[in-house]
Amino acid sequence: MRLGKSLVASTALALVAASGAYAQTLTIATVNNGDMIRMQSLSGEFTEATGINLEWVILEENILRQRVTQDIATSGGQFDIMTIGMYETPIWAERGWLVSLDGLPADYDKDDILPAMRAGLSYDGTMFAAPFYGESSMVMYRTDLMEAAGMEMPEEPTWDDIAAAAAAMTDRDNNINGICIRGRAGWGENMAFITTVANSFGARWFNENWEAQLDSPEWLEAVTFYNDLLQNYGPPGAANNGFNENLTLFQQGRCGMWIDATVAASFVTNPNDSTVADSVGFALAPNKDGLDKRANWLWAWALAIPAGSQQQDAAMQFINWATSKEYLELVAEREGWANVPPGTRTSLYENPEYASIPFADMTLRSINAADPNNPTIDPVPYVGIQFVAIPEWAGIGTQAGQEFSAMVAGQQTPEQALARAQALVTDEMEAAGY
Amino acid sequence: MARSVTIQRKSLNTLIAWIIGLLLFFPILWTILTSFKTEAQAIADPPVWFFFDWTLENYRVVQERSNYSRFLWNSIIIAGGSTILGMIIAIPAAWSMAFVPSNRTKDILLWMLSTKMLPAVGVLYPIYLIFIQLGLLDTRIGLTIVLMLINLPIMVWMLYTYFKEIPGEILEAARMDGAGLKEEILYVLTPMAIPGIASTVLLNIILAWNEAFWTLNLTAARAAPLTAFIASYSSPEGLFYAKLSAASTMAIAPILILGWFSQKQLVRGLTFGAVK
Repeated sequence: MRLGKSLVASTALALVAASGAYAQTLTIATVNNGDMIRMQSLSGEFTEATGINLEWVILEENILRQRVTQDIATSGGQFDIMTIGMYETPIWAERGWLVSLDGLPADYDKDDILPAMRAGLSYDGTMFAAPFYGESSMVMYRTDLMEAAGMEMPEEPTWDDIAAAAAAMTDRDNNINGICIRGRAGWGENMAFITTVANSFGARWFNENWEAQLDSPEWLEAVTFYNDLLQNYGPPGAANNGFNENLTLFQQGRCGMWIDATVAASFVTNPNDSTVADSVGFALAPNKDGLDKRANWLWAWALAIPAGSQQQDAAMQFINWATSKEYLELVAEREGWANVPPGTRTSLYENPEYASIPFADMTLRSINAADPNNPTIDPVPYVGIQFVAIPEWAGIGTQAGQEFSAMVAGQQTPEQALARAQALVTDEMEAAGY
Repeated sequence: MARSVTIQRKSLNTLIAWIIGLLLFFPILWTILTSFKTEAQAIADPPVWFFFDWTLENYRVVQERSNYSRFLWNSIIIAGGSTILGMIIAIPAAWSMAFVPSNRTKDILLWMLSTKMLPAVGVLYPIYLIFIQLGLLDTRIGLTIVLMLINLPIMVWMLYTYFKEIPGEILEAARMDGAGLKEEILYVLTPMAIPGIASTVLLNIILAWNEAFWTLNLTAARAAPLTAFIASYSSPEGLFYAKLSAASTMAIAPILILGWFSQKQLVRGLTFGAVK
């Protein structure tokens, strides 16, 4: 009898344990980049400490974006943790699709997160996504080519400095282009770059009444300058170049300069992949002479919990682990400081070992120079620097991007591209009821 | 009388055939070659062809990062399952349309094909919502059913064309000899239609194996097949071509081998009835 009772008891216990173990598997949707893959390989530590298993769904950025949007909009509940960016966070938080991260424990130290990052991942003062890695944009240039041209790049260049350096380094006979920048259409491709140029020239997407402003003289000046840079000193076929194409060109020694994400610094200085690893210098993104706004963007890949997740507590535990100070130390211990995900915490930049990395200081300065709440010189009704954080942006950004890409390809003038962009943005915004 | 073919003409034809064949095969060859390069060699300009230090590093990384066998197993179940399920429905349907047609048979055939005229994304949300309701998201059974439905019109059409080529008189003769419906299908029709059935099966396995819209949209972790495995190696920031090529090579290898061994059946089936 006693045996029977204890058998029943132990079976019940085993069942509870088994169902508990089953319930504790988190599904994480993420992108394929070096930092995320490293997190996946280190996540065994988390499972060991908590007993929570992890299933990883790694997808290409555009597929991921479509996939998680579809799931969150339909409450599909497929994912417990989603990797999202600064663009989605405020929009989804407003719709009640994300779980607030107020539940993170005190020792997580939210105040340690870089203020710009925290601002970009919050809605109404509440943080809805925790930054896993953050970036701004900056100038990467070839110190050897600058030296040969007898020039020096200032730490805080103006656009005039950039144009002069591009002209001096361009050497068509040796297949060296003075400057490589994004030309490929897409709201996250050429429009990210062009929007930052426009910001620095005093232009803005919308005035405070949500009226499109692409017909302003500031936009024309910015877009003409961008187009001239590419036509005169850019690589052939620039209208098709995005981040990866320019990375390839720069690593092969075909670019004198490249203005793009700060995260690229670790790629171009990696001697395994880059032929110019030992001759790269860094400078802040440029401003226009006389205007106090630099053309640097702000982006973070962040972890968020969809409201449809059935395991929000466990998901919170994982976010606490993956974006903590301890995680940064774990990466440093296993793979060295150069491989620590950048751009998230103040304490990382105060660490003397990290500060000795050549691009650490410039990355921090670039991130701190970005303010998503005041992205332009004139006031605007939106947040976001290289994007406008409204649901319509992905559509209008991509369509406008096609106009500017066609301009770079020589199919239309800056005036024509801007007129078309102004018309389509106005139409879309009217249709959306602004 | 057979036409006499000169040696020159024959060698010219062979040459052209080889060139076309190599052109068609080139992307696959390039993928396989790239999978043995380093990331820097993969983007080298001018490109490196055969003379580089061949490395298995990409395969090691891919093996380490992803659970290949799980993706492979899902692909086999989904591609195989949807084909078997589809054939169970398509063979009787094509049989009845070919041998006992009604006035509406042609309309039904066209109507079936019309379902292929709508872009898949047009029905993504309805199907996604139905899948949520039925608890079919990220399940192999759900994906098997969807892929079966997508390929069913092609299966019916292919089988219908093959069955039409079989002279009705043979079936009549079998009936005269006392064969029932079952015997007629099993012992007379099926043996004659084997090449057609085989090529339909093979084509559908290939289509289901490579299907990348529904398999990416309706799965997450558990039921994801090899298409999701490939998608996980494309990257917005950083170099990935060599690793992506290794993943692609691993994903297409099984279907390439299957196609190689069954090419005789496939060619016979696809050209069946082409010459009378």
